[in-house]
Amino acid sequence: MNEIIEINCIANLTYEIIFCNGEICENSKPGQFLILQKDEFSERVPLTIVNCEDGKVRVIIKVVGRSSLEISEMKVGDSFKNVVGPLGNHSEIRKYGNIVCIGGGVGAAPLLPVTRELKKTGNKIISILGAADANSLILDDEFEKISEKLYITTNDGSKGKKGFVTDILKELLKEKKVDIIWAIGPMIMMREVTKLSVENAVPCWVSLNPIMVDGTGMCGACRVHIKNEIKFACVDGPEFSGADVNWDELISRLSQYRDQEKSATEYKCRCDSNAK
Amino acid sequence: MQPNINAGVIVMQNRNKTKMKIQDPEARIKNFREVALGYSFEDAKEEAQRCLNCKNPQCISGCPVNVDIRGFIQEIKKGNFENALKIIKNTNGLPAICGRVCPQEKQCEERCVLGKIGEPVAIGRLERFLGDNFSIRTEPPSKKREEKIAIIGGGPSGITAAIDLRKEGFDVTIFEAFPKLGGVLLYGIPQFRLPKEIVETETNELKNLGIKIETNHIIGRSLPFEKIVEEYDAIYIGIGAGAPRFMGIPGTNLKNVFSSSEILTRVNLMKAYEFPEYGTPVFCKEKAAVIGAGNVTMDVARTLKRLGAEEVTIIYRRTENEVPARKEEFDHAREEGVNFLWLTQPIEYLPDETKTLKAIKCIKMELGEPDSSGRRKPIPIEGSEFILDFQMVVEAIGQKSNSVLKAFEGLQLNKWGYIDVNEETLQTNIENVFAGGDIVTGSATVILAMGAGKKAAESILAFLNEKKEVKTL
Ligand SMILES: Cc1cc2nc3c(=O)[nH]c(=O)nc-3n(C[C@H](O)[C@H](O)[C@H](O)COP(=O)(O)OP(=O)(O)OC[C@H]3O[C@@H](n4cnc5c(N)ncnc54)[C@H](O)[C@@H]3O)c2cc1C
Ligand SMILES: Cc1cc2nc3c(=O)[nH]c(=O)nc-3n(C[C@H](O)[C@H](O)[C@H](O)COP(=O)(O)OP(=O)(O)OC[C@H]3O[C@@H](n4cnc5c(N)ncnc54)[C@H](O)[C@@H]3O)c2cc1C
Ligand code: SF4
Ligand code: SF4
Ligand code: FES
Repeated sequence: MNEIIEINCIANLTYEIIFCNGEICENSKPGQFLILQKDEFSERVPLTIVNCEDGKVRVIIKVVGRSSLEISEMKVGDSFKNVVGPLGNHSEIRKYGNIVCIGGGVGAAPLLPVTRELKKTGNKIISILGAADANSLILDDEFEKISEKLYITTNDGSKGKKGFVTDILKELLKEKKVDIIWAIGPMIMMREVTKLSVENAVPCWVSLNPIMVDGTGMCGACRVHIKNEIKFACVDGPEFSGADVNWDELISRLSQYRDQEKSATEYKCRCDSNAK
Repeated sequence: MQPNINAGVIVMQNRNKTKMKIQDPEARIKNFREVALGYSFEDAKEEAQRCLNCKNPQCISGCPVNVDIRGFIQEIKKGNFENALKIIKNTNGLPAICGRVCPQEKQCEERCVLGKIGEPVAIGRLERFLGDNFSIRTEPPSKKREEKIAIIGGGPSGITAAIDLRKEGFDVTIFEAFPKLGGVLLYGIPQFRLPKEIVETETNELKNLGIKIETNHIIGRSLPFEKIVEEYDAIYIGIGAGAPRFMGIPGTNLKNVFSSSEILTRVNLMKAYEFPEYGTPVFCKEKAAVIGAGNVTMDVARTLKRLGAEEVTIIYRRTENEVPARKEEFDHAREEGVNFLWLTQPIEYLPDETKTLKAIKCIKMELGEPDSSGRRKPIPIEGSEFILDFQMVVEAIGQKSNSVLKAFEGLQLNKWGYIDVNEETLQTNIENVFAGGDIVTGSATVILAMGAGKKAAESILAFLNEKKEVKTL
């Protein structure tokens, strides 16, 4: 169990891993995550379940620090020491109408299973994917297939429109009737999308990724104020209505262990930059 | 010395317990090794000699699982150590653990007659001595029953229920959320008080007994509860009350404000004290405050000392006389230089410009009339607010039930979110589901949780026997 059967570099510092775990496949629903630990010595790393089929679980991980680097260096045939999941609540999938799905950076990965399921349920999907540059963009081909329309933005303009996902969202909200927004990505992006959603009175789901330790509601590290009440993202979330989240506090808490964790920027991507 | 009439011979009885070697405070705050070093064979025999072999031993009624204390101590006197251990194991499957963590001064030792004239027999230390130095290999049971039993939660309560039910020959499976068994013994109580190797040795015996162990399984999440209820003939829920409680005062989500559970989980479960060899970091600053005065508070304060905090202050709203922690832990914390601020309650965490804790605003308290629990209730003194600088604070004010329990469909909870059970049988509103330990009582003790596991095992046996009879009729 938990043996890696595929590991591919799919973008700058971003790896797709497929491993065996029948039980997770049997029980998981879109929006849920798992926690994996490479070996005895490793941290527990929360990752969203991107696909589950025939006993094979697909996750996508971005190298940002020591633990994600360690995982990206694993090989086909290696096994994770511990995997637990699915964790968290699944997404509130139903027929809403017109949905804008927004994925920022590696946030496109957790967004994909939700979007797929929303599409199956008969919703009309417009997707916006944002990335730093063309080399960091992921899953655009898969989003293309399930969206009425796919917009791409990059910070440097190397692919799609130069700018941020919110630039596109602003336009869309002017032109179209949008029933709900789903946004997953960096906290700052989710905060900005939430602002627009509130201004335009459109509900907006976000998926929070605070620092987690156990992922089972027992440590309180992942706590966040939702409507002024303390909630644990791992058991009460990870999806919440963006308008209820205390963003500034959450963003500040993410840097709690920054001094201890080495900065990620010094790591070089293993794949050649023409991977895409 | 006190004369003691034993078989007509007057011997001089030592009033005090035989001393146990401990690591020197100066040295021990620089490591995570165990503080109390245990009895040697000579120490154990000497201490056993103090026991009066009472006709009507009060000590036994003080133990929640009624270990035959008198019986095992007599075996130590004779040098029959393995027999002594066997006697304990009849009722207590985890002696090396209980010997270390039971609040003996409020249980077995409180009732020992020697306590009236001096110190009671060091029952806990003797129990630990046997657990550490001897073992009896447990074999799979000779009886066999067809029924399948699921135990949800591998803490002391679930483990005890599993052992007792397996001994009856049932097919028993433990489902545990974490990669290893032990519950709070593993991720709560620190290494310097209860080395994890001991937990592992005592829990490894479960495999010899033929108990199936499914780690990394969170019932209600990774496996639906309904599925377990359907597939198993009987279920025991012992998932503990592991969710941290916060006071909820302004500033709770500032950086450098932690729950005791986060610090202890990082340090104990993830071995953060060996960071960076182990990948999980833990946070520790020079001036730290810990709120509360229970075992958990002492554990956190002493952990922070070992992680390198220069000044650790425990802030408690009552006084020294009301401290709920085990006496030994309180004494050890003091020896290790932990400061105490009595009759004080934090009311706000104050931030600096980076949303990081800078200081704690407190208020002075005074003790009023005793409340229903008999303890004098602390009352804030108006206008007595003051501010103290701290770089980190850890709240250790207790646990509550985990909200994963909401996913246990159909299970009746009480108004505090704990599982509602019939107190006699520990049966829940679902016929084949029983529950006990912290998830029923709220945070209590290891031995009470084990007692509940025993009681539930008896009830489950009776329940399944009755079903079987009905079937064969
Ligand atoms: C519910 C959830 C789902 C997630 N899904 C994905 C996913 O699908 N793909 C993906 O690439 N990443 C995902 N993440 C984030 C991923 O878990 C972290 O990037 C990873 O744990 C960082 O580990 P590291 O040691 O490599 O980085 P570190 O060196 O530990 O830290 C780098 C940065 O990540 C933050 N961080 C550290 N530990 C954690 C942690 N346990 N949880 C969250 N942030 C942390 C730190 O604040 C720091 O800023 C998810 C996180 C959560 C909570
Ligand atoms: C820091 C600390 C120090 C303490 N010190 C002492 C002491 O010195 N002496 C003493 O007597 N008592 C002490 N206690 C209290 C004592 O540890 C508890 O009362 C006791 O462990 C309760 O046992 P339990 O089996 O009910 O629950 P727990 O020990 O909490 O075990 C529950 C287990 O269930 C698992 N679980 C939870 N949810 C699920 C799920 N959904 N599916 C599967 N598994 C699940 C958990 O991972 C855990 O392993 C201390 C507690 C703490 C926190
Ligand atoms: S189990 Fe605890 S209470 Fe019972 S005899 Fe042993 S130390 Fe005393
Ligand atoms: S009460 Fe004390 S002296 Fe008497 S049997 Fe028990 S341990 Fe021995
Ligand atoms: S990660 Fe520990 S409570 Fe959520």
